[in-house]
Amino acid sequence: MSELAISCRDLRKYYPDVKAVDGIDLEVGRGECFGLLGPNGAGKTTTIEILEGLNTPDGGDVRILGLTWRDDERELRERIGVSLQETQLGEKLSVVETLRLFRSFYRNGPHPDDLLKSLSLDEKRNARVGKLSGGQRQRLAVACALVGEPDILFLDEPTTGLDPQSRLQLWDVVEHYRRRGGTVLLTTHYMEEAERLCDRIAIVDHGQRIALGTPQELIAMLDAPHVIEFQSTPALSEADFASIPGFHGATRRSERWLLRVDSLALSVPQLLSAVEARGAKLDILSTHAATLEDLFVSLTGRELRDV
Amino acid sequence: MSERPTRSALWELTSVRLKEFLREPDAVFWVFCFPLLLTVALGFAFREKPPERIPIGIASNAAPQWTESLKKSPALLTRTYSVQEGREQLRRGKISLFVEGEATPVYRFDPTRPDARTARVEVDDALQGGAGRRDVLAAKEEHVQEQGSRYIDFLVPGLIGMNLMGTGMWSIGFAVVNARLRKLLKRMLATPMRKSDYLLAQFFSRLVFLVVEVSVVVTFAWVVFDVAVRGSFLTFALVCFLGGCAFAGLGLLIASRAKTLEAISGLMNVVMMPMWICSGVFFSYERFPDAVLPFIRALPLTALNDALRAVMNDGAGIAAVAPQLVNLAIWTVVTYAVGLKIFRWQ
Repeated sequence: MSELAISCRDLRKYYPDVKAVDGIDLEVGRGECFGLLGPNGAGKTTTIEILEGLNTPDGGDVRILGLTWRDDERELRERIGVSLQETQLGEKLSVVETLRLFRSFYRNGPHPDDLLKSLSLDEKRNARVGKLSGGQRQRLAVACALVGEPDILFLDEPTTGLDPQSRLQLWDVVEHYRRRGGTVLLTTHYMEEAERLCDRIAIVDHGQRIALGTPQELIAMLDAPHVIEFQSTPALSEADFASIPGFHGATRRSERWLLRVDSLALSVPQLLSAVEARGAKLDILSTHAATLEDLFVSLTGRELRDV
Repeated sequence: MSERPTRSALWELTSVRLKEFLREPDAVFWVFCFPLLLTVALGFAFREKPPERIPIGIASNAAPQWTESLKKSPALLTRTYSVQEGREQLRRGKISLFVEGEATPVYRFDPTRPDARTARVEVDDALQGGAGRRDVLAAKEEHVQEQGSRYIDFLVPGLIGMNLMGTGMWSIGFAVVNARLRKLLKRMLATPMRKSDYLLAQFFSRLVFLVVEVSVVVTFAWVVFDVAVRGSFLTFALVCFLGGCAFAGLGLLIASRAKTLEAISGLMNVVMMPMWICSGVFFSYERFPDAVLPFIRALPLTALNDALRAVMNDGAGIAAVAPQLVNLAIWTVVTYAVGLKIFRWQ
């Protein structure tokens, strides 16, 4: 039996106007939670749908649980659970009716009532899907993915548009599933979601994998652990930063500068004198420890949440 | 292996489809109430009226036993006028004939008017009979105005056929396109569900409604308009079943690729409109030119209407409607086969 839950090599999917997936390699071990992190349009959904067997690649090799979609589709369908980015389940059906319907598609799986309890949806058992809140709907969607007791759970942007509390509840559901040994592949454009849930993350942009590692490894890829964000009038130029000790690089975001530095204690005073030396006025100054977001910015010059 | 907590996928899909439908009040109205309203409206509009009585007048000074005899006649509507008044009424055409005279009746009428000539016969008949004339020949009357040949008898099978077409195509077409729009089809494709189960469930739920729908209209037409099914119940059921199958298939075919509700609505109208007009719902398609009749007969609604009329009005058996049944079966097989082949799940 293959140790890998998911593997794909040189995955490609070209549409007439865009290379949605342009040579992505992934390997996800059993029991691992793997995240595809990237902005909208990076190719995350196309990638995950190819892995789910809902889209056919133009090139590359995909193996799920050591099987292929071409030869073992029925078997794979029994063993994976999928939550698509936007599925509107029938609004006129109740929660338990929806779950019973999905349960009927699978050979094995938990009783719908037990599943509802473990997802704290049992109070809404007989409520119509149309009356549920966004968070409850999303949990029901994940329940429908879990109802066949899958070996792999695919979640495409599971918490997009949810309020913080619903997001926490959903994260609990994913962590609970992982504790029972499940493998998770999720896409997200929330770095905090990726950091909290994922063992390893692939950062994706323009259909390509631009970074891969554990959250810690990825942050360590940044040459500097701190980020200074500032804005001044008139704006400074990159040459003005050369004198700052421990300076590793700067990225300009419209009027703001993001400076990656080794030490705030050394860099901030020097930056302030540079601003003063230019006779500029400081408008904004803030600092934070480097995150995946900063890695993405340093790799691409763009922010994750940019469309 | 854990115990199965649900029934088979086919059962669940069918029951879900039924529940969804019943929880949609608009859909219930259009499928069940609208055809009834249409039957009522058209049934009353084209109801057969009893033959009208011919208005005649009799002079107030005429013999009272004449008035009595005339008033007994079911064919005449007799009023008494003064001589002057009666002639005036006749001149204005308010009455067809005016009876005057004291010892001998005088029939005053305009012989160029057909109703006046009829009135002449009826009046004479009533007066002679009243005066004691006996008919030499005892003739029997047989009225051809019987069940099975009235307009309502023609109309009800047509309405049933039209209804089977409309609800069959809309309910499947809309359900499928809606599920595709909501990405529900794609979501189901991501499960081990058999695609054939999904399509069969659409079909089975359709059959359940078909039974209800047809029973409602047939019962209603029978109770209110005395329209009966003269053929065997089994033949009637078979015709309805095959008609339902053919239109479910056509609905599936139309919905197999449509991505929006606008697209499916347009396609539905393009397909159904010619059949509404040509397939003999409201009037006989025999009135179309001979050259187009073979095409009209090939349409599924024409076949269904012809078969329904034959079974309901003429009491035809399976053999008599075999050509129509074969037509419907071919439509079913072809539309399903093509629809499944080109079906778009995402």
